Amino acid sequence: MSEHEVTLTINGESVTRSVEARTLLVHFIREDLSLTGTHIGCDTTSCGACTVLMNGKPVKSCTVFAVQAEGAAVETIEGVAAGGELHPLQEGFWEKHGLQCGYCTPGMIMTAKNFLAQNPNPTEDEIRRGISGNLCRCTGYNKIVEAIQYAAEKLQADAGGE
Amino acid sequence: MIPAAFDYHSPQSLDEALSLLKQHGGDAKILAGGQSLIPAMRFRLAVPAILIDINRLDDLRYVEERGDHLAIGAMTREHSLEDSSAVRSSYALLYDTAVVVADPLVRNQATVGGNIAHADPANDHPATMLAYGATVVAKGPNGERTIGIDDFFTGLFENAMTDDEILTEIRIPKPAAHTGGAYTKLERKVGDYAISAAAVQLRLDGDTVAAARIGLTNVSPVPMRAKAAEAELVGKSISDAVIEAAGKAAAAECDPSPDLRGGVDYKRDVTRVMVKRSIQKAVARAKGGK
Repeated sequence: MSEHEVTLTINGESVTRSVEARTLLVHFIREDLSLTGTHIGCDTTSCGACTVLMNGKPVKSCTVFAVQAEGAAVETIEGVAAGGELHPLQEGFWEKHGLQCGYCTPGMIMTAKNFLAQNPNPTEDEIRRGISGNLCRCTGYNKIVEAIQYAAEKLQADAGGE
Repeated sequence: MIPAAFDYHSPQSLDEALSLLKQHGGDAKILAGGQSLIPAMRFRLAVPAILIDINRLDDLRYVEERGDHLAIGAMTREHSLEDSSAVRSSYALLYDTAVVVADPLVRNQATVGGNIAHADPANDHPATMLAYGATVVAKGPNGERTIGIDDFFTGLFENAMTDDEILTEIRIPKPAAHTGGAYTKLERKVGDYAISAAAVQLRLDGDTVAAARIGLTNVSPVPMRAKAAEAELVGKSISDAVIEAAGKAAAAECDPSPDLRGGVDYKRDVTRVMVKRSIQKAVARAKGGK
């Protein structure tokens, strides 16, 4: 069993901690860093509730060891509202009722954030494919798709306005 | 679920990884994308004493045409295949496969080399590489060797590499003119393993099938080629009857196990349909269609 010192950036802030090699990134985020917005759902790499951005790419943090994030920039749901102002995605989920129980929402938003960065003007079909690694058992997805469409439009308008 | 404790190494070069592997032999396991290994460790189905994480080996990430083949570095993330212009333009079977491996989040982390080295008949790349007649490159303490894909899968989760070797590259032959391929997969939901899937790569001479290779996913204990189905195609003029005969041959020669995804008869029949659909698409593509 090996113990490792890990330094990574979490929501822009550098942290260094000692972790056991087997510590999963999701446990590190929730328990060592006390950022509990990232959820544990299925625990079997299926549901995407634990999605975080690692160097900009959404990954399932239950299926990465914390030690593997050495040197990485990790972003969680806590980092999404810049300066306390809701991100257009958060606003979209609010306005379009993109959540019911809310358990999948942090993962959905992290996936959608990267998705919109890659596809600023997506079709509905592209959105559905883009979030196909994240499960929601409440909404039937329609409201989530609408929330992401809302955010896409808002981000496009914001970008055009500058 | 927490994996059992292990010692972790993160080599910065392939040589360092090989020397660690040589030192620890059978106690060590290579960690590539980890999207199969980490879940297996969490279920304690895999309890390696030592993990050698090769994610820092950026030299093993590339997808490029070199001479007569497409070279894919073993640590290439699955999503890079989707983004590759070479794959999009000339390797339709591989592109079809890349977009249905697990789900988009898993594809950001999972690697092509890992998918193949894991030798899981439920994974998608084994069937595809069998259909392509790909070559695997393995590096060990005594240098590099190539292994034909037909000799690579030796058992359930077992491959032809020795304990001190690392899979470094996969080579797919550049398709000749009038060649087409397709991958068709039936899954219960995105991210699940296939109920059955079929990879077909064939070459036409006019309307006659000059060459054909077919690989099947998740309907046998070891990734398999559907050789009886291939034999139904080769030398024949393509027709609905010939395609149906190939589908039926694949249904008969596969060896599925009953599970939550269905019983044996159902899986055989799904295999028949997957093979037929892949052949139809491959023929259309060989003739220049999409």
